[in-house]
Amino acid sequence: MASLQRVFGKNVGYWLIAPAALWLGLFFLVPLLSLFTTSLSDPSGNPIAGYRLTGRFANYVDVIADYWPYFVRSLTYAGIATVLCLILGYILAYAIAFKAGRWKTVMLVLVIAPFFTSFLVRTLSWKLILADNGFVVESLQWLHILGEDGRLLATPFAVIAGLTYNFLPFMILPLYASLEKIDPQLLEASQDLYASPWKGFWSVTWKLSIPGVVGGTLLTFIPASGDYINASLLGNPNTQMVGNKIQALFTTAGDYPHASALSVILMVLILVMVLVYVRRAGTEELL
Amino acid sequence: MSSVSESRRDLRLSGLHKRYSNGFTAVKSLDLVIPQGSFFALLGPSGCGKTTTLRMVAGLEEVTAGSIKIGDQDITSEKPFRRPVNTVFQNYALFPHLTIAENIEFGPKRRGVKESAAQVKEILELTELTEQAGKKPAQLSGGQQQRVALARALINRPEVLLLDEPLGALDLKLRRSMQGELKRIQEEVGLTFVHVTHDQEEAMTMADTVAVMNQGEIEQLGSPYELYTNPQTTFVANFLGRSNLIKGTVIGREGSGADAVVKVDMHGTVISIKQDRVHTVSKEGWIGIRPEKLLIQPEGTSLADPGNHFSSAVVVGASYLGVSTEYVLKMPWGQELMCFEQNRGVRGGIVELGTKVDVSWRQEYVFLLDSSQDAQAGREEE
Repeated sequence: MASLQRVFGKNVGYWLIAPAALWLGLFFLVPLLSLFTTSLSDPSGNPIAGYRLTGRFANYVDVIADYWPYFVRSLTYAGIATVLCLILGYILAYAIAFKAGRWKTVMLVLVIAPFFTSFLVRTLSWKLILADNGFVVESLQWLHILGEDGRLLATPFAVIAGLTYNFLPFMILPLYASLEKIDPQLLEASQDLYASPWKGFWSVTWKLSIPGVVGGTLLTFIPASGDYINASLLGNPNTQMVGNKIQALFTTAGDYPHASALSVILMVLILVMVLVYVRRAGTEELL
Repeated sequence: MSSVSESRRDLRLSGLHKRYSNGFTAVKSLDLVIPQGSFFALLGPSGCGKTTTLRMVAGLEEVTAGSIKIGDQDITSEKPFRRPVNTVFQNYALFPHLTIAENIEFGPKRRGVKESAAQVKEILELTELTEQAGKKPAQLSGGQQQRVALARALINRPEVLLLDEPLGALDLKLRRSMQGELKRIQEEVGLTFVHVTHDQEEAMTMADTVAVMNQGEIEQLGSPYELYTNPQTTFVANFLGRSNLIKGTVIGREGSGADAVVKVDMHGTVISIKQDRVHTVSKEGWIGIRPEKLLIQPEGTSLADPGNHFSSAVVVGASYLGVSTEYVLKMPWGQELMCFEQNRGVRGGIVELGTKVDVSWRQEYVFLLDSSQDAQAGREEE
């Protein structure tokens, strides 16, 4: 620190955050402002000629009236996927933290391993796995769990399964980090103090892992509710999420103002939900 | 007789054995009765099996063989949360997300005790924690955390309270004051305390009965006074305080009954040792004498003390400790002995190195140990 101060003078702290602040300013703040202004512009323009900023709040009214089912789907799918991730992720993170022994590192690497291939490729391969003539569907048909014409691909099930799969590592890692910190002796203490293993889990392990639960659910829910890849590759036109609509409005329809309005609504919606959730979960330290 | 002992809720360990899956035997067929309401210490070096024994009683470690009973209730395979036993853990294991009051309330709540508030208040007062009730464990000092751990266990009024090196994490001064505190609390609540420690002074200060453990077995059990004055093995003689052990040869026995003595030849001097202080049947033995029982006087001055006398010893080491001085004496037969002398001021200084001294001791303080045992066993590593 002392040597840094010699180079930068007294305001060493400001100099140190300057690169990151500059980066955020250019690539986060400016686009965000541009998004806001576009969302209030006249949609009669086009992407090449640009849009006139007329303060047109009607864009918001339009998109809510036209596309509210997309919001419902987005939040429902993301919510279900988050809950599934939490259940699967908690069990796995618990096993890695407390039961894996010398396999701990291997298991953690395996959790991260999917990141070595592209998100898109992995989602596409789910398309193959869930395909109508794939072995999963055929096995389920043979077992009469799925009807003769039953399918998995292009159903809400496939979209939620894809979301769950893709965001599971984001749930596991924060859960593992908070579980791993728990002293196993605390569980012994809880049992010594008359808590059955199950009660001990709820009153000690679960309580102490709440920061991980909050972190993991946020890291899963937020990107999942804005996702459009899973819905477009694994779903059908009736399973489209807000992300799909935003993407379609931007790229196909060239309707930037309405796309921007949708984006802003999604952002505000998520922000409000997160604030309420974190308040309720009692982990204000996270914010 | 048996009906009396069965109505009491003594802790009985019978043939208690612990073998880990890696083949290590931590506890070897331990037999122990800990009377209800007593302050009992399990004393031994690290790895001697004392903590494993404690954990088996708590139910946190599975028993390989043997049984654990409280009175005539067998708890050997009872789940830990169903045992009338509570533990004060070495690192306290306080719940970091709960306040002090909530930590203490944890046990009563799990047992469904209603109106635990009054109990909590009472125990907070007993352990002088009333002002800390609303704080989290991380905001407390080590000594306070220790008291919370104690309060959290005590509030359940367990039949047996297990303390695993409870003062190990505290600094020396605090440890001394907490020793008194623990003893006071035990006397006040009258519960059975089983205290595991490697600190012999701690065990001796607090416990009514001390069991010295070594390599999974109990070496000797008794009151601190018995253990110190009449150790039965070289391990106890060295681990509990310090001892001079000198080779001797048994030359005969005299008298009978309580007056029976064993005559031992020690480098030409014959020493009589009372039968109850003789712990060997072989011809050879270690003659043991505690360093503070050795009296010295520079040659030529009178050493008026009834007992065994030796002359021509030389002072080869002296450490002045304020309260006392620790001398190292080279005996005529070449062995070095320790001698601790209180600095009562009668000598007017310490005995100079190289001084020839006469040595004496009362033979009733001598004990005789088995020569097949290692004379270094139980010594602290230097």
